[in-house]
Amino acid sequence: MKSCDIVIAGGGPAGLAAAIAARKAGVESILILERDREAGGILNQCIHNGFGLHTFREELTGPEYAGRYIEMARALQIEWMPDTMVMEISRDKVITAMNRREGIFRIQAKAVILAMGCRERARGALNIPGYRPAGIFSAGTAQRLVNMEGYMPGREVVILGSGDIGLIMARRMTLEGAKVKAVAELMPYCGGLKRNIVQCLEDYDIPLKLSHTVVDIRGKERLEGVTLAQVDDDGRPIPGTEEDYPCDTLLLSVGLIPENELSQGMGVVLDGVTGGPVVDESLETNIPGVFACGNVLHVHDLVDYVSEEAARAGVNAAGYVTGRLAQNGRKIPVTAMEGVRYTVPQFICPDRMEADLTVRFRVAGVYRDRFVSVYLDGERVLHQKKRVMAPGEMEEVILHKSSLLACPDLQCITIKTEKE
Amino acid sequence: MYDVCIIGAGVTGCAIARELSRYQVDVCVVEKCEDVCCGTSKANSAIIHAGYDAPEGSLMARLNVRGNEMMDGLSQELDFPFRRNGSLTVCLQEEDMPALQALYERGRNNGVKGLRILSGEEALALEPHLQEGVTGALYAPSGGIVCPFLMTIALAENACVNGVEFRFQTKVLHIQNADGYYRLETDQGVLESRYVVNAAGVYSDLLHNMVSSHPIHITPRKGEYLLLDHSAGRHVSHTVFMLPTRLGKGVLVAPTIHGNLIVGPTALDTEDREGTNTTAEGLREVAAKAALTVRDIPLRQVITSFSGLRAHEDGHEFIIGEPEDAPQFIDAAGIESPGLSSAPAIGEMVAEMLGEKMGLKPKEQFMGRRKGILNPSVLSMEARNRLIRENPAYGTIICRCESVTEGEILDAIHRPLGAVSLDGVKRRTRAGMGRCQSGFCAPRVMELLSRELAVPMEEVTKSGGVSRMVTGTTKKNAGRENGDL
Repeated sequence: MKSCDIVIAGGGPAGLAAAIAARKAGVESILILERDREAGGILNQCIHNGFGLHTFREELTGPEYAGRYIEMARALQIEWMPDTMVMEISRDKVITAMNRREGIFRIQAKAVILAMGCRERARGALNIPGYRPAGIFSAGTAQRLVNMEGYMPGREVVILGSGDIGLIMARRMTLEGAKVKAVAELMPYCGGLKRNIVQCLEDYDIPLKLSHTVVDIRGKERLEGVTLAQVDDDGRPIPGTEEDYPCDTLLLSVGLIPENELSQGMGVVLDGVTGGPVVDESLETNIPGVFACGNVLHVHDLVDYVSEEAARAGVNAAGYVTGRLAQNGRKIPVTAMEGVRYTVPQFICPDRMEADLTVRFRVAGVYRDRFVSVYLDGERVLHQKKRVMAPGEMEEVILHKSSLLACPDLQCITIKTEKE
Repeated sequence: MYDVCIIGAGVTGCAIARELSRYQVDVCVVEKCEDVCCGTSKANSAIIHAGYDAPEGSLMARLNVRGNEMMDGLSQELDFPFRRNGSLTVCLQEEDMPALQALYERGRNNGVKGLRILSGEEALALEPHLQEGVTGALYAPSGGIVCPFLMTIALAENACVNGVEFRFQTKVLHIQNADGYYRLETDQGVLESRYVVNAAGVYSDLLHNMVSSHPIHITPRKGEYLLLDHSAGRHVSHTVFMLPTRLGKGVLVAPTIHGNLIVGPTALDTEDREGTNTTAEGLREVAAKAALTVRDIPLRQVITSFSGLRAHEDGHEFIIGEPEDAPQFIDAAGIESPGLSSAPAIGEMVAEMLGEKMGLKPKEQFMGRRKGILNPSVLSMEARNRLIRENPAYGTIICRCESVTEGEILDAIHRPLGAVSLDGVKRRTRAGMGRCQSGFCAPRVMELLSRELAVPMEEVTKSGGVSRMVTGTTKKNAGRENGDL
């Protein structure tokens, strides 16, 4: 069996950044397994700009952003295999993969980095009633068809869900001459970034109908129309508010799900809220030597944060391989409470953390003028006022190693929102 | 002039076609959709009933039990997946136990083997997710699960290989009794046939009533279902029914042969023979009723919902045979549940009937065995690598959720009666049937269909007709419309 120090499942932005960081940390033997023809992952179909403001201090398109990382990986002579599907990873880090050149093969890794990304929630998961005609696509599938294949999924469009891909596609379809009639969002707030609401909907006079959902789908062969209705506080359609929208296309942008079938298969423990692995400050999962980063860990808004996070996973995987990453520190749980839905990481080992550690999280609703607080056991060590927080925008706090080490009996780190 | 025209390429029509293909006879199957298995046969519970439910002495009971018996042999001959997982009809109240006993007696009289009444404890031991209050259950070890798509496709392919012609996208508009034969007026021209077999599902009454003055009446009875991800597929291992009581009929909860969990159906009479839409009420009802017998069903794992229409005949009995006033016209009408289970026996019965009437002789070169699409995931690593070396398409995964390779999809497209639509590929290979519901693989499958069938992407359909997947090119790509790359 072939062996390798670090095998990375996925050659998207997370996998690339992790590989580059691991190489820079001194690991020679690194292999990226990528299922698509090219590295870069979903960025390759994100031809709009707005990527890289944090990382490169300039606005790049998705393929440009990916291109920079591919160049760096190339310069560092990182080995990668395209068109290669990882079929299985065992708990003892044997990777089974397949491609058309080599068939099925196995590789023994010392460390594994999970960087498989996420998939879109499908219509079925929402139980939208009605027919099942052609013309219903997830927003990302439509994006691939338009941007990579050059085909139009349809001409008259309704979008359900206000995730960022849905908003981006509202603009994209409009620019291609389609009529986007409405974006309906079940929640009373938008699921995507503020900048996308402005640049993709408002600039093109596309109505955003908050607290609305699709209650019927018409058309036996090709989609002929959908019915939107307003929903009450519990998300239930309100009778009498139905409105018909003739259309030939329904795009769904109703959430992203970290794709963790491989992780589950090897026994990685997942977080019920994020859908991604439970990790510690080093982005190490419950299996020593198995790390996770990018959208397989939790769904990000900005690729810049993915790159940064993945680089940490790469450095730590290198640390694991070279024996620099201590394996017996005490792990303290990070608890999300009162308006904070989850945190990444979920555990922190103070001995292993860097001087500063960024903990990322999402809030459960739209909050104005609220505080984000961090408690070390009963003691509040951080109290930051935020003018507005929304579930569509990832939040962060920075923890300091010194303050954690100052509490030798620390049992629990709590992050919550507070009205005052 | 055909000897026999079979109208409808559902499981009934295809089973009849396959049995008839044993004989020296010129047979054509006429189907309004683009593929076989597009009506009731594709949207049902996917189970093979043991046969204790149908009234004693009925044709339904006889054909159900016979069809069930035939399944082991048929599934091996034609290489489609079938498994006897056993069924449990669950009784929830002590006072209903006599009804369970009556069901047991009926089953025995119908000739169902191995039936046993279990105590509540025994039932729970067999199926731990049953509701705690279960007072007893009728256990039928011969109950099974099947892939209705692959079963219908297998029957059709085998019929095709043995000389049966299939005409798709051909809708029979009118049937006229000519002198000793029938004229079938279709939207693709006129067909003539000495015999006609009416296997038109929810349309079978319309066809029957065109040639007979003794009308029959079919009500499309809608059944809605929820399908759950593989991760929920082991929630139950048997097919769990609820004993019909004054509380209602309940719904079944069962594993599918492909490892998902299926829950349903509702039963709502409609007028619309194409009304395969789901409804909010129906899906709510399915969830609520399933919870009566099985606890903790992980409904968050639902990957899709669908609905099918049973061809419910007023007398709730299969109508198989020649109407008095329409010689050479054979009905196979009112085939509702247990129609899938009975299909092999219906095929046998109708073929025998025609064989006698027409004095048919067996074909010497009949090929009774058919090999299904190769599933590489069942091969050893060495065998799989040999396969990939011979045909690299087996090394490329197209559908990630169900691990379907390009090789399987090419096979599905190029075999007899191959797939011509995304749904056709899906029913043959499961590409697109997984948790992402074709989000990732749809563009790749479209590409393969376009390339292999040499049709432009704009002509690739989800399910035939006007169900085109894309409506045109983008502005930048517009040059391609003129063949200019």
